[in-house]
Amino acid sequence: MSLVIATVKRDFILAARNPGEWANPLMFFLMVAALFPLAVDPDPTFLSKIAGGVIWVAALLATLLSLDSLYRADVEDGSLEQCLASGESMYAMVLGKALVHWCISGLPLTLVSPLLGLMLHLPDEAYIAMVLSLAVGTPILSLLGSVGAALTASLSSGGLLLTLLILPLYIPVLIFAASAVYHAGIGMAYNGQIAMLGAMLALAIALTPFAAAAALKLNLSR
Amino acid sequence: MTPAKGANQVNLQARALYCERDDRQLFADLSFSVCSGDLLQLAGPNGAGKTTLLRLLAGLNHDYTGDVTWHDQPLQHVYSEYAHQRLYLGHLSAVKKSLTPLENLRWLMASEVPNEDQLWGALEEAGLAGFEETPCQHLSAGQQRRVALARLCITQLPLWILDEPFTALDKEGVAWLEQKMQKQVNRGGAVIITSHHALEGIHGLRQLTLGGAV
Repeated sequence: MSLVIATVKRDFILAARNPGEWANPLMFFLMVAALFPLAVDPDPTFLSKIAGGVIWVAALLATLLSLDSLYRADVEDGSLEQCLASGESMYAMVLGKALVHWCISGLPLTLVSPLLGLMLHLPDEAYIAMVLSLAVGTPILSLLGSVGAALTASLSSGGLLLTLLILPLYIPVLIFAASAVYHAGIGMAYNGQIAMLGAMLALAIALTPFAAAAALKLNLSR
Repeated sequence: MTPAKGANQVNLQARALYCERDDRQLFADLSFSVCSGDLLQLAGPNGAGKTTLLRLLAGLNHDYTGDVTWHDQPLQHVYSEYAHQRLYLGHLSAVKKSLTPLENLRWLMASEVPNEDQLWGALEEAGLAGFEETPCQHLSAGQQRRVALARLCITQLPLWILDEPFTALDKEGVAWLEQKMQKQVNRGGAVIITSHHALEGIHGLRQLTLGGAV
């Protein structure tokens, strides 16, 4: 366990030393969302209808962008091999890495999302739903994404493949999250959707580390 | 330091190992044992399967037939216990370029939980005094190698498995590392190493040559 904790600490230090790692996806998130009023229609009534969906699609793409580097550097410099050689639980290791990934990608996205809501005329009633859905939904994106990142870790250009592998798995999250924001916007209850996201998160915490750990072992066993 | 009884003894047995890679036989019917006080050097030309055998002994490669046992238990069954008894240093040194030697060593040694004094002492012994807090990207390849090798100054694990540890080291570094290995062997530990380097001076040395007469 001590190595898992040390890895979490180390990854936070690495993220602090390479701010591009977390700042670039965040900039990407802001820019993609800013393109919609420019390209489609700046009309507030139209924007307020699509705001939730746009913010969620942008969050999803920004997360994908940050996933590529999750395991590649560790595979290339041999530190993942050291994790495997240490005999520590790879399950815990994957969870730790996903936690750090969420803290430097999903969490900042969640925190700046009200700003985008303002820009896209998100209905006032929908802010809480949006922040809540991002807070519960983005960890799922990190966890599911870690499976794809683990599978493509030793490919030199796995970025696009990772996107193709993982994007379909993100669809259920997107459906429930966007629906929560939309329903909140028209004054309806959205706790069902949030509960569903919560269930998905629980399932992702329980199951995805097994898949990611197996993929990493496969990557390193030759 | 005297070796503790039982738990810290080395008893690694390999029986009838066979391994092929891309339809090419690397080694067949290979049997040997490594016990406390042994230094086993795997030798052989490039591509002979030294690293493959080393990773196999470290429990990181399962693509073989035959048995590897640790204290008479199959390696896969006791892997987690085994992993806490052996130190593996691959040809990739697991040193992060944007971290300092101190931070790198702290992470590399995390499972043995050393204190700060030990970390500083190890870096000094590895010839990195004064560079403890310089990011590794500003260090030379040899110095980065020394960061990884500084682990050997702290660790108490009985079995070391080292893949080409002499790479990029200067003459003093090579002498220092040989002396570290000698100490490990003398205190009842064991070392398995792949290297093209001649290690004649070390007591307890055995050579296993792959890709030729075994």
